[in-house]
Amino acid sequence: MTTRGFTGRPLGPDLARRLPPGQSRTVDFPVLSAGPTPPVDLRAWRFSLKVGPREVASWDWETFNALPQTALTCDIHCVTTWSKFDTPWEGVLVDHILAAAGLAAPTPFTLAWSFDDYSTNVPTADLTGGQAMVALRYEGKPLDAAHGGPARLLVPHLYLWKSAKWIRALQFTERDEPGFWETRGYHMRGDPWREQRYDSDS
Amino acid sequence: MSAVLAGGAPRALPWVAATITRTQACTPRLRSIFLRAPTAPHVAGQHLDVRLTAADGYHARRPYSIASAPGAAETELLVESLPGGEVSPWFVDVAAPGDTFEVKGPLGGVFLWRPEDRGPLLLAGGGSGIAPLLSMVRERAARAPGMPTLLLYSVRRFEEAAYPEELDALERADPALRVVIATTRGPAERPGDHEGRFDERAVAEQLARWGHSPLRALVCGPTAFVEAVTGTLLGAGVPASRILAERFGGSAAAA
Repeated sequence: MTTRGFTGRPLGPDLARRLPPGQSRTVDFPVLSAGPTPPVDLRAWRFSLKVGPREVASWDWETFNALPQTALTCDIHCVTTWSKFDTPWEGVLVDHILAAAGLAAPTPFTLAWSFDDYSTNVPTADLTGGQAMVALRYEGKPLDAAHGGPARLLVPHLYLWKSAKWIRALQFTERDEPGFWETRGYHMRGDPWREQRYDSDS
Repeated sequence: MSAVLAGGAPRALPWVAATITRTQACTPRLRSIFLRAPTAPHVAGQHLDVRLTAADGYHARRPYSIASAPGAAETELLVESLPGGEVSPWFVDVAAPGDTFEVKGPLGGVFLWRPEDRGPLLLAGGGSGIAPLLSMVRERAARAPGMPTLLLYSVRRFEEAAYPEELDALERADPALRVVIATTRGPAERPGDHEGRFDERAVAEQLARWGHSPLRALVCGPTAFVEAVTGTLLGAGVPASRILAERFGGSAAAA
């Protein structure tokens, strides 16, 4: 269906190739969260790995920051249809977190948990192989609370709701268990290139 | 009830044709777009995804909150014209009765208010963040009059407030509804309005005057507004589980 008088403003071919279907480019950095920004005290901050209900490793702020740091510049895609190009992050790759805990990927699925009890499920294979990190810095500065600071998950090749803000744990699960948005109709994997927004999208 | 609530998830919602019935200037910055589309009735707070398609097949998709009351004959969207935007200028400068485009929805299963969710109800909106809250105020007037409700509405100048006469009339008709409009760059217009931002102090003062603690608080607007209001509510002892927020990035390029 053509909309009378709408021409749109397509990007040039180089940028257009980086834009998943149904997305448009923003140069701003919009914030999306379902509730208030939780206050997170660095002295009380803790990040843990769980396999099922069992905690297998944990770090406080200082020991977590001592893990190997990786810089990653990537495009990010929000399900509300904005994409932002070339966002510069630094943090600890999930690979390095697993290595520090002496683990290989323990189960096929993962639930990421936040300090505000938000959760989101991600296939473990999408977190490893250098694809995902727990991000601590953005544009060279400590991550803002509104954007998920002090630490958030970053899985840039999936829609951004998978990149849980204010992360406190990764829990490895045998089954693919839906998180906050996934129980509310959003997609279990959320690949922007296949436009997997809602659970009705293939 | 909508597909979203019935199944807890949006079930295979298709894109459907929407036809504009009328458009009107709501404020100098907001245009009301009234449309008809074969979508299920919405719950106050939900949005429609809108898709405009160019002659060459290029399309652009954006979410817009629904401002009309659930069950209204026409669905109303409030579109703010953002300079340099791609979709909003079409709605503001081009769209006319009879024009068609596609919509999918209603969507959104969290930022909602239904009469059975009860109150006291606190609604706080900044700028075009008033849209989903208008739907809630209209729903409340129709189906839950008498429910203690405080609407905090922040605009730059009074003339940028959407539907001030309607809000006045609702307030006069129902003493349980209190509307306070904050003007950040202009004078307060009505008795009880607030000149300046809804900063921590102003929100705390309004809560004290209201005399209720909200069972539900829904806050929608630009990020800085939402952070300030939700932060104050947390500080005033309102549990995080009672607060829902929807933030607008305020991104001209994404508009």
